[in-house]
Amino acid sequence: MHILVCIKQVPDSAQIRVHPVTNTIMRQGVPTIINPYDLFALEEALRLRDNYGGEVTVLTMGPPMAEDALRKALGYGADRAVLLTDRYFAGSDTLATSYALSQAIAKVGETFGTPDIVFTGKQTIDGDTAQVGPGIAKRLDLIQLTYVAKIPSVDLDAREIKVERRCEGGAQMLKSRLPCLITMLEGTNEIRRGSLEDALYAARSQVLRWSAADAGIDDLTRCGLRGSPTVVKRVFAPTARAEKAALIETPERNLRDLADELIAAILTRGPALEQELAFNGGE
Amino acid sequence: MIKEKFDAIVVGAGMSGNAAAYTMASHGLNVLQLERGEYPGSKNVQGAIMYANMLEEIIPDFRDDAPLERHLVEQRLWVMDDTSHTGIHYRSDDFNEAKPNRYTIIRAQFDKWFSRKVREAGATVLCETTVTELVRDAKDKVVGVRTDRTGGEIFADVVVLAEGVCGLLGTRAGLREMPRPKSVALAVKEMHFLPEEVIEQRFGLKAGEGCVIEAVGTISRSMAGLGFLYTNRESISLGIGCLVSDFAASMESPYVVLDTLKNHPSIRPLIAGSEVKEYAAHLIPEGGYKAIPQLFGDGWVVVGDAAQLNNAVHREGSNLAMTSGRIAAEAIVQVKSRKRPMTKQNLALYKTMLNKSFVIKDLKKYKDMPDLLHTNSRNFFTTYPQLMSQAAQNFMRVDGTPKLDKEKATTTAFIKARSRWGLLSDMVRLTFAWR
Repeated sequence: MHILVCIKQVPDSAQIRVHPVTNTIMRQGVPTIINPYDLFALEEALRLRDNYGGEVTVLTMGPPMAEDALRKALGYGADRAVLLTDRYFAGSDTLATSYALSQAIAKVGETFGTPDIVFTGKQTIDGDTAQVGPGIAKRLDLIQLTYVAKIPSVDLDAREIKVERRCEGGAQMLKSRLPCLITMLEGTNEIRRGSLEDALYAARSQVLRWSAADAGIDDLTRCGLRGSPTVVKRVFAPTARAEKAALIETPERNLRDLADELIAAILTRGPALEQELAFNGGE
Repeated sequence: MIKEKFDAIVVGAGMSGNAAAYTMASHGLNVLQLERGEYPGSKNVQGAIMYANMLEEIIPDFRDDAPLERHLVEQRLWVMDDTSHTGIHYRSDDFNEAKPNRYTIIRAQFDKWFSRKVREAGATVLCETTVTELVRDAKDKVVGVRTDRTGGEIFADVVVLAEGVCGLLGTRAGLREMPRPKSVALAVKEMHFLPEEVIEQRFGLKAGEGCVIEAVGTISRSMAGLGFLYTNRESISLGIGCLVSDFAASMESPYVVLDTLKNHPSIRPLIAGSEVKEYAAHLIPEGGYKAIPQLFGDGWVVVGDAAQLNNAVHREGSNLAMTSGRIAAEAIVQVKSRKRPMTKQNLALYKTMLNKSFVIKDLKKYKDMPDLLHTNSRNFFTTYPQLMSQAAQNFMRVDGTPKLDKEKATTTAFIKARSRWGLLSDMVRLTFAWR
């Protein structure tokens, strides 16, 4: 089985500072980490490989320094790492990113065998959009399984996978065809500590560096800033609400009294509401 | 299990470990270096001043790309009481040479650079890997290590212990004793960030030039200790270190001692308006020559802080670390090239070579200094600084007192504080310890 995991190198949000005037993230000098959500995807991929055999390829798009994140992923036990890096990719939004990544995934498929499963994290901690995973699925025409909490089984002969998916109000147990794209939910597993052998392998392996051309991307207008329709108009910090929620205790109380009390409290806060209600009520 | 056997395993990626790994790898040895930190330098703390000559011996053209902060053109030595300092300042344009002698550095950056050089030389460097145990054969020879990662033992002809001041690995293995509280200092420091120009203005420096202040006196609150202030490119390292045994006896808190130093009227204006971004603490070996443990054995050598190689009097540590790492590596390379086994007998070459270097010679010169300063810390770190401040003020202040009376008052103050015999004996002992 060939499993591909998309990861992203992000600034460590625990150590990040926001510029007081522009409200943009000050990335300079901030240590980088693998996007924490991606680690759940990576661990799940490694577990599947350990159980069913095969290999795990990690892929990232980013500046040359993103190689550190890939090397770390190799240290956890991944078999191969591909860094998609080119100045044409600078300034990519989620549309351009998912385009470039899907092209690279196709190229990985041509070179090392088509992935049976593509993993991404649920979202990144710097962009928080959760769009890139679904974007890749759409472009590669992969079945999309988001918010996956558990993968009970994979049947390689029948080309089937069973997943447990978190959804509103409960969980779904889904059976799906391979290949598919899975975005992994956080907290569903814990990234392993690589063995000595993994660490040695990571220190000594080459990370493949692919340019846009290497990844077979010929339409550069769909990459980077040129291929990114998203415009950030303004970044601002939300103002903190001064008022706090009031907690009303309800032990052994008459519900009618409680309701009256509640309505009275609401109406003292918004006196205009009283008039409006009275008017609509018509009494 | 790792089948591959290495020529050498280096435990630790500080100054001594990097020097050893680099030297061995560039002589073609198959070297594995293990570091517990997330990256080399992430756990390493130093003031820090780096001495060019000792690094040149290892990487001659280091100035091309090493992250250096400022080259030093001025050194200030201060004796302080609570309100004043008496100082000797030495500044020379001669230090503005093509290849300057000393630099301030920031270890987190410097060590990353050094480690890159180690990897470029061909060594394999694994971070986030803690060596937990030495592996020995039936004859008790060290043949490898165990780590906190799964995958068992990993073997090598020789293990270079560059594990730092605490040296848990070597002490647990019974190769040497745990450093005693009276032979290690605890240093705390803060990084105060200021714009480059402000630092240059405050210390009267041109771009790239640096100034250091080293101070003794009441700032260490009668403990044997030293305060320091180093100018980096856009930050000032300010800290103080005192003996652990003195901290224990006096129950002083390190951060309070540092706070007092920061608020001293001679220091405060130098750091005014700065932003503190980092607080660090580290142990420093202070035991000197007498604290040096056994440096080699069957299948192992120990270098750097773990070997207590630190010159407290001259505040030199990293250059002794680098030099001991390099010399140990050179000895190993020699033993290897003669196709001899890494036995205690053959590795004694390291000690022989180290004895001929400045490392052991300097430490031997000051072998009695730690004892003298540590047992008389009150006199040397409080009484004398106070007397010196009073004498200086007495000399400078013009108030109509006849000069003869002033001099008499100063003499009386010294005798009253230490008695004639005490003064004489302090002087004699200091002279002998210095020789």
